Amino acid sequence: MELFKSTNYDFLGKKWAFIIASLVLTVAGLGSIFFWHGINYGIDFRGGAMMTVKFASAPDLQKIRSVMEHAIKGEVSVVDFKGGTAVNSVSIGTELQEERLLNQNRDTMQNVLSSTFGQPNNGKLDFNNASQQALAERLRDPLARAGVPMNDQQFQKLTSDLVNVRDKQYSGLITDFNQLSSVPGMNPGIMNTLQQESYLAPFHIGEVQMVGPKVGKELRSKAVLATLYALAGMLAYIAFRFEWIYGLGAVIAVFHDTIITVGLMSLFNEQISMTVIAALLTLVGYSMNDTIVIFDRIRENLKISRREPLESVMNRAVNQTLSRTVMTSGLTFLTVIALFLFGGPVLHGFSFALVCGIIVGTYSSVFIASPIVLFWHNYADQRRKTPAAPVLSTAPRTEAVRKGSTKAVK
Amino acid sequence: MKKNLKFRTLFIVATILVCLFGIIGVPKSVDELKRNFADNIHLGLDLKGGSHLVLEVQVQEAVKADADQVIERLKDDLKKENITWTDMQSSDVKTTDDADKVTINIKGIPSNNSSAFRSLVSERYPTYNLTSLNATDYSMKMKPTDLLALEGDTVKRTVDTIMNRINGLGLTEPTVTEYGSNTHEVLVQLPGVDDPARVRERIGTAAVLEIDDVKDGPFPTKDAAMAQHGGVLPLNTVLYKAKPRAGSEGEQWYLVTKNPVITGSVMRNARPGQDEMRKWETSFTLSPEGGRRFGRYTEANVGNKLAVVLDKQIVSVATIQSKIEDSGRITGLGSEQEAEDLSSYLRSGSLPASVLPMQERSIGPSLGADSIKEGMMAGIVGLLAVILVMLIYYKRSGINAVLALLLNTVVLLAALAYFHAVLTLPGIAGVILTIGMAVDSNVLIFERIREELRSGKSIVAAVDAGFGKAWWTIVDTHVTTVVSCAFLFLFGEGPVKGFAITLTIGLIANIFTAVFVSRTIFDYELSGQRRLETLSI
Repeated sequence: MELFKSTNYDFLGKKWAFIIASLVLTVAGLGSIFFWHGINYGIDFRGGAMMTVKFASAPDLQKIRSVMEHAIKGEVSVVDFKGGTAVNSVSIGTELQEERLLNQNRDTMQNVLSSTFGQPNNGKLDFNNASQQALAERLRDPLARAGVPMNDQQFQKLTSDLVNVRDKQYSGLITDFNQLSSVPGMNPGIMNTLQQESYLAPFHIGEVQMVGPKVGKELRSKAVLATLYALAGMLAYIAFRFEWIYGLGAVIAVFHDTIITVGLMSLFNEQISMTVIAALLTLVGYSMNDTIVIFDRIRENLKISRREPLESVMNRAVNQTLSRTVMTSGLTFLTVIALFLFGGPVLHGFSFALVCGIIVGTYSSVFIASPIVLFWHNYADQRRKTPAAPVLSTAPRTEAVRKGSTKAVK
Repeated sequence: MKKNLKFRTLFIVATILVCLFGIIGVPKSVDELKRNFADNIHLGLDLKGGSHLVLEVQVQEAVKADADQVIERLKDDLKKENITWTDMQSSDVKTTDDADKVTINIKGIPSNNSSAFRSLVSERYPTYNLTSLNATDYSMKMKPTDLLALEGDTVKRTVDTIMNRINGLGLTEPTVTEYGSNTHEVLVQLPGVDDPARVRERIGTAAVLEIDDVKDGPFPTKDAAMAQHGGVLPLNTVLYKAKPRAGSEGEQWYLVTKNPVITGSVMRNARPGQDEMRKWETSFTLSPEGGRRFGRYTEANVGNKLAVVLDKQIVSVATIQSKIEDSGRITGLGSEQEAEDLSSYLRSGSLPASVLPMQERSIGPSLGADSIKEGMMAGIVGLLAVILVMLIYYKRSGINAVLALLLNTVVLLAALAYFHAVLTLPGIAGVILTIGMAVDSNVLIFERIREELRSGKSIVAAVDAGFGKAWWTIVDTHVTTVVSCAFLFLFGEGPVKGFAITLTIGLIANIFTAVFVSRTIFDYELSGQRRLETLSI
């Protein structure tokens, strides 16, 4: 089966349409970043506290917001946690102006939740939010008093099994103690003691993230810096293997992809967290890969036909690699779409960035990176043809490329 | 050529076996296979659940403490030299960034004593720089290199102390490490703990170290000790068990005073060393205030025994030989190990500076389990789709690509297992890009072979040219990405690093699988007895 056999589309001829489309997207994205949504930084970059809470039934967002705002200074956000298995889940975020508030805020949030939705005053342990250690401490003496025969090892195993069944089978939240009857070694004595000592709050805290504002700022600048250095490294390598303008073209194209993706994330109000940074890095790698494949083919074609105008050499290269571009992008897109659809809430932002990135990254190789090289060479050729212009120190295009390629083939 | 092919096949099979061994060992049952897999592939806290704490060590406190100690000593020295002063104080600083601004201000040194004062300071306080402000006033600041050493030492001791305290909690695989390059942060990772409040409490708890006066002992059992005292312990005493020493048999119990002579909070430092007879010892220094207290006590109790008690367990018992003030030695230790352990116990008693939480991330095991489930599901669906399309589009050669792809994943996992690397969410992003680029390498090669076939080349020549021409493209794309990974690894923080590591391993594995392995499979097909008329691609 072959989809594209010896195609001959005039890709470069349509470059302006795509460049304009890119510009529109960039402007829209930047507009959203600067004048509308802004960049929705995650807790890890902004500093703050975030708690992901799963409720037994559809939670009343308004109520959560009002009780939280009452207890905690500063802005409180309560949003649905979307995607995958996350049913009835909300993420509650608060600001954190100072590192010293880190511990305090966490406790406050937890207390507010349990006083609003749980039964904090019955003196029992909240089973749905108890750690194994806490559960073990709570049950040890009552079990002994109830006359349940058990050595220490069996006891440790029991508590860890209880917590495991809760977490692995019921996503951390059980609504009825009978759901624990599948725990190995369960007997009426244990069940009775458990019910006497603990109760089931209708919520479970799945994740807590606290980042002091100082660390957040630091993380952000480090991630940006690392990415910039990585781009510079790639530019140097491509410049060494091809010509400097190829390196510049590739890096501008990749930069363009990142800007558009971040812009789109701002437009759709998606959060940028550390995981999304990993997605952005992935898209940088992907787009760079795509660009180099096409550049490589251009270099190869230039070796064979030196008299042909650069634009048609480029067009031929894009056509020759069209089949591979469609295959690779298509397959990668399949994986990413699977991730987007089935990956669950934790991967939501991550896969969103990749979906955008792969589309933009694929066309930028053809319509951004290649035209930059083309523009520069047309400009350089013109300068050379005009006798009054000063002589350029760069070698003629074809020679430079040939030099590069012989080095490569060795 | 044929022999070469055999050799290559052997090499590939050997690699597969080594990789599989790294991932699952030699399992005897399905359960064991699962267990081995879970043991060898370490999941990060974001996938497994657990707590991740970043603490900032307030190093300026240690610097300030050092300055205060210098002030005490300097006052004594000046008294001995009959030099007077009117005021001597150290400045207060609030943040770690200002640790280098801690200054000792000395006022009112008579101008006729200035040269004596200067030579005294430069001789006895070599870690400080002295600046004169005017004829009678001076300021002292720690030299930058010594300051750096002190800060580094403080962070290191904090790590030791926290590790010691967490170990008492009996958690599985906790890690405590220095974090960041020039910052003063400590990273505490606690897999499986979703109750970090308790851990933080433990970390922050002050002084669990005491030096107690030994009243009686040792006794072989608790009962023997009680019997000795008629079944009732004397007023203000407690019985503590000694930590078993290497070479000694049975338990040892000591009766010690309830009120410690000194506590860990006055312990400034301790390090192992050797005396003139090359016997192992541990030397320690105390704060000026603790030193005075200890001096008074030891002077009055020469010949008595003291016990070093950590968490209600005696780690060492020593006899007082002479008066000890702010520095002393515990001599006659059995081995270097013993000296080192004792100094670490002494140091662990108190944090050299307080710690401030900067970041906490706790993932409940439930969320971790959910994200693994969903991530796996997505990964499998994605991979199956890719395999299906490859098989339909490239037919028989598609099998080639699929084999290479699977092998790539196996090599990647094995490398993670052998390097004890941790697989995190950003790491999975690296795996996805690896798979993308692995597919791309195969596609590149196959498309090239098709092109060569179209131009009329024989099958053998087309395969040869396809691999040859695609090779440099693959090298370029891979090297570019590895170069960028190197920068991400050098300059990035935690998650960015994880991404760079998995991607680099994956790409190196891919060069092997997509080019070497895939080529060998092609060669194997082409080396068959009858000549192939068509290549299924």
